[in-house]
Amino acid sequence: MKTVRVLVNGRAVSVPADASVAAAIALAAPACFRRSVTGQPRAALCGMGVCFECRVRINDVMHVRACMTPVREGMQVRTDD
Amino acid sequence: MTEHYDVLVVGAGPAGLAAAQAAAGHGARVGLLDAQPRQGGQVWRHDALHDAPVAAHRAMTRLAAQPSVSWLAQHQVIGAGPYSLLVETPRRAVELSFGSLVIATGARELLLPFPGWTLPGVTGAGGLQALAKQAWPVQGKRVLVAGSGPLLLAAAATLHRHGAQVLGIHEQAVAAAMCTFALQLWRWPSRMVQALQLRATLRGIPYHFGSFVSRAHGDGRLSAVDICTPRGSSRIECDVLAIGHGLVPNVELPGMLGCTLDRHGAHAATQVDDLLRTSVTNVYAAGETCGIAGLAAARIEGGIAGHMAAGAHTAAAALLGQRRRARRFADVLARHFALDPQLHALADAGTIVCRCEDVTLGALEHFVDSRAARLATRCGMGACQGRICGSALAELGRFPRGDGRPPIFPARLATLATSAIPAFLSHDSGDHHA
Repeated sequence: MKTVRVLVNGRAVSVPADASVAAAIALAAPACFRRSVTGQPRAALCGMGVCFECRVRINDVMHVRACMTPVREGMQVRTDD
Repeated sequence: MTEHYDVLVVGAGPAGLAAAQAAAGHGARVGLLDAQPRQGGQVWRHDALHDAPVAAHRAMTRLAAQPSVSWLAQHQVIGAGPYSLLVETPRRAVELSFGSLVIATGARELLLPFPGWTLPGVTGAGGLQALAKQAWPVQGKRVLVAGSGPLLLAAAATLHRHGAQVLGIHEQAVAAAMCTFALQLWRWPSRMVQALQLRATLRGIPYHFGSFVSRAHGDGRLSAVDICTPRGSSRIECDVLAIGHGLVPNVELPGMLGCTLDRHGAHAATQVDDLLRTSVTNVYAAGETCGIAGLAAARIEGGIAGHMAAGAHTAAAALLGQRRRARRFADVLARHFALDPQLHALADAGTIVCRCEDVTLGALEHFVDSRAARLATRCGMGACQGRICGSALAELGRFPRGDGRPPIFPARLATLATSAIPAFLSHDSGDHHA
């Protein structure tokens, strides 16, 4: 299976080429995807782009839904943990 | 920038694929768009690790052979005007104009609040299925599947195939309801076959009835859940809880277009006539957005709507008998998987209902409509625009979800700035200051 390398909070993870950024983050296993407005840890919930709980920073673009975004080689992902 | 299509189809699930195929068959120039990077919608979502179902593979291959169909991946609809949609891709904004439109926006999962449901490790049931298909790691994880509806079985089967240790499936409907449901399945032979295949895949995984999760525990992440059964309650340790309480039609786009919505139930559905015409001229709708009826109905309706959108009335009318039969299944589903009122009472005053703005159920106590609640508490004003909490509160019988306002999804300012759609220039619902 073809894999690509993604950096999650600076840590390299190798994921299948068909994976979503959400999967890459889950493999890197940070404490959470984002912090809620009162500071609670949150992670992907709906998996289909409607709940926005998985939003992260991807290649310096804020608030991107990780579950809707395919991984690309060398992609830089930042969670909010 | 504007691109024109004779027929524009929004949503590339089974209904949208069938609609594009049917319309293209009459020579129409078709645009098929979806916010996701791949075709298939939810039920036919691409699996990074396993082969697609034969029907899904065939539908997508057939469509790819149609030169008059343009596949517009990662196109998120932001706004709608007369005969035109404002769409955003990861790189640009574009306006798509159309002769006729087919709305095949499908459904989302109904997620009900209960104490602990915001912990990482708690996901939707269809949600975890979708994540796993995109290589989210579930291998060796202890997963409890709970909630209601046939989706729980499909989700459990996917998770099992991906190596999860599925501890059990907890269906809230009682055993008697499930028995009468199973006894009626012979009327839909393809459903019967599907159910038997799922049971075979899930051999050895306990399927509990009248059983539901009342609380999730964990410090920063899920570690255990409390289960209520007809025989009492217990605590089960697990890594992941995949929980969904059924499906809710996605009606934001038809709502924005001014299509009449059917508001008889707790959740609105797009109102259509026999030939899938909405109340707006040249706008058709097919599949789950018209009310939850499943895959078979979606495919037939996609065909009808696609024929109609291309002006082929006779071809559409030929499918009406099939549609009626498939739609009857919807009534059977709704009746047998009706939610136990106990599930409506799980959230306590301290339970967060609006996950975007961290608004608790207690904070909403004195409000009787969504607008007043929104203005005072910000409930429903976050990034999901009330898609999760609005549907949950409607299901709980608190108040119906408020009418949507543009943009349909959060958008980049640059996208809104380029739009000539009047909705973005003149829309005024009176509470923009909030």
